[in-house]
Amino acid sequence: MSELSQRPVAVRTESLTKRFGPVTAVDGIDLEVREGDVYGFLGANGSGKTTTVRMLLGLVLPTSGRVEVLGEPMPSAWRRVLPQVGAMIEGPAAYGQLSGRRNLALFDAMAADGDRASRARRVDDALEQVGLGGVDKRPVRAYSLGMRQRLGLAGALLRRPRLLVLDEPTNGLDPQGIQEIRRLLLELNAAGTTVVVSSHLLAEIEQTCTRVGVLDRGRLVLQDELDDLRRPTGHVELTTPDVGHALGLLGGTVVAHDDQRLLVRDPDPAAVNARLVAAGVRVTSIAAEVRRLEDVVLAATRAGSDRFDRPDRPDRPDRPDREEVAG
Amino acid sequence: MIPVELSKLLRSRRTWMTIAMIDALPALVAVLLAVTDLGPRPGTGPAFLSAVLTDGTLYPLAALAIVLPLFLPIAVALTAGEAVAGEAQQGTLRYLLVRPVGRVRLLVAKLVASMVFVVLAVLVVAATAYVLGVLLLGDESITVTGPTTSVSGTALSTPELVARTGLAFGYAILCMLGVACVALFLSTVVRTPAAAAFGTLGLLVGSTVLLTLDAAQVLHPYLPTRYWIAFVDLFRDPILWRDIVRGTLLQLAYVVVFLGAAWASFATKDVSD
Repeated sequence: MSELSQRPVAVRTESLTKRFGPVTAVDGIDLEVREGDVYGFLGANGSGKTTTVRMLLGLVLPTSGRVEVLGEPMPSAWRRVLPQVGAMIEGPAAYGQLSGRRNLALFDAMAADGDRASRARRVDDALEQVGLGGVDKRPVRAYSLGMRQRLGLAGALLRRPRLLVLDEPTNGLDPQGIQEIRRLLLELNAAGTTVVVSSHLLAEIEQTCTRVGVLDRGRLVLQDELDDLRRPTGHVELTTPDVGHALGLLGGTVVAHDDQRLLVRDPDPAAVNARLVAAGVRVTSIAAEVRRLEDVVLAATRAGSDRFDRPDRPDRPDRPDREEVAG
Repeated sequence: MIPVELSKLLRSRRTWMTIAMIDALPALVAVLLAVTDLGPRPGTGPAFLSAVLTDGTLYPLAALAIVLPLFLPIAVALTAGEAVAGEAQQGTLRYLLVRPVGRVRLLVAKLVASMVFVVLAVLVVAATAYVLGVLLLGDESITVTGPTTSVSGTALSTPELVARTGLAFGYAILCMLGVACVALFLSTVVRTPAAAAFGTLGLLVGSTVLLTLDAAQVLHPYLPTRYWIAFVDLFRDPILWRDIVRGTLLQLAYVVVFLGAAWASFATKDVSD
């Protein structure tokens, strides 16, 4: 923890709020991303992720609250901040009639700091990084969704940014593509780039991120180190063909069971295993139960905000909780 | 940003197609006049058209009078209307702004590109018209070798004619700048480039309709199209400055108001497309 608090802040928001008319899209959130983090920004569709990302980048202006990116206030310091930030926001976009290479060169030429001498090389490097190094001159119009996604990522990498802000970066990619991008992000992070990834795909966040923030209907309901979130639950999960025997042996410490699995209240799988095996119970598998990110997130949030139930039927179908799944 | 916008403009096939289409009408008229030798009687039809049969070097002005009321404003409204709404619709606006391109700089670059387009279109029209005018029309002035006659019937020397033609084209370009600013403003407000273009054209058509209505007399001095055709007065002797000056001031007022509105609207706009 001490190592964490020494690192400078890459992104900080204080009671950041955005209202669109009567709708409060983002409601007083306090984000904190440290330099070197891979920060996973989670939330259901419509929870305010994209609006928040847009506020970080100065595209949407906050109703109230403060935004600080790389140590400077946004949007007022956009001139100094944005050249150090690479972003992909709600899917890639490019001029369809131009080639990918030409698109990148054009975007690079737009801002004053796009050094002309090194442009062609930087464009090539960025394309190489995202796996489009050999792309031909066909117009972006003819690209597949995955190629567009890669091109968008190349655009974000063009300036070798200190901070990468990526909204749903693996959208439209096949499993190999997703893995490639994940590896690329980890590589960039190892080289010192801070990464903020917003996604509704829990698995993706779980596999790449060091720190997680969860938005629910505009509120930040959770923000913590991933390792802290996934600490053991104090239960042991085991499967055995001798369920009845095991039940008798472990008695009251069994929280739930079905015809081959048991959930036991005990932090130490080795001790449980020793007891069972000594009594002749065959154990197929045994491990300390670890909270999955999905459980943590579902516990912290309500149903997706793209769901609109009728007011006369307030009961939503209950989520299966852990006991039910196990038992 | 300005070089990028210009390169986009000049490399786009659409730019040149549009200019070719604008240019086609006066070219067609020149051919028809040459073939039939049937000019409109003096005082009827587009300005200068009755004069070009005797003097082909006047044809650039006639061509300007042909494209100014409709073709040129449509092209300008489409180009400038695309400025912000077009980028927003393509999704590229958010990437421009985080590159970062300042919002004011983006507006200025878009306006400059629109105006370069206008100048280009006007120059192409003028050049084509001059060549066609000299080749197909106005043999008589060559045989007579007399100086060109002004609208008022007195003689104009060639340098004087060139200077006045230049002024006329400058005035027309200023009128189109007014149109471009309206379209640019609408482009920052609406979601699609078509809506911005049609909104602008709506204003121009409305203005033209109101100009024919005596009951709207009190509005006439403020209607954007009121003084467009006033460039004809540059070819009177002496030049009749009144409408030219009023037209210039009116267009400048449109430029200031709508450019200011575009800035105010875009500088605080939430870009969520």
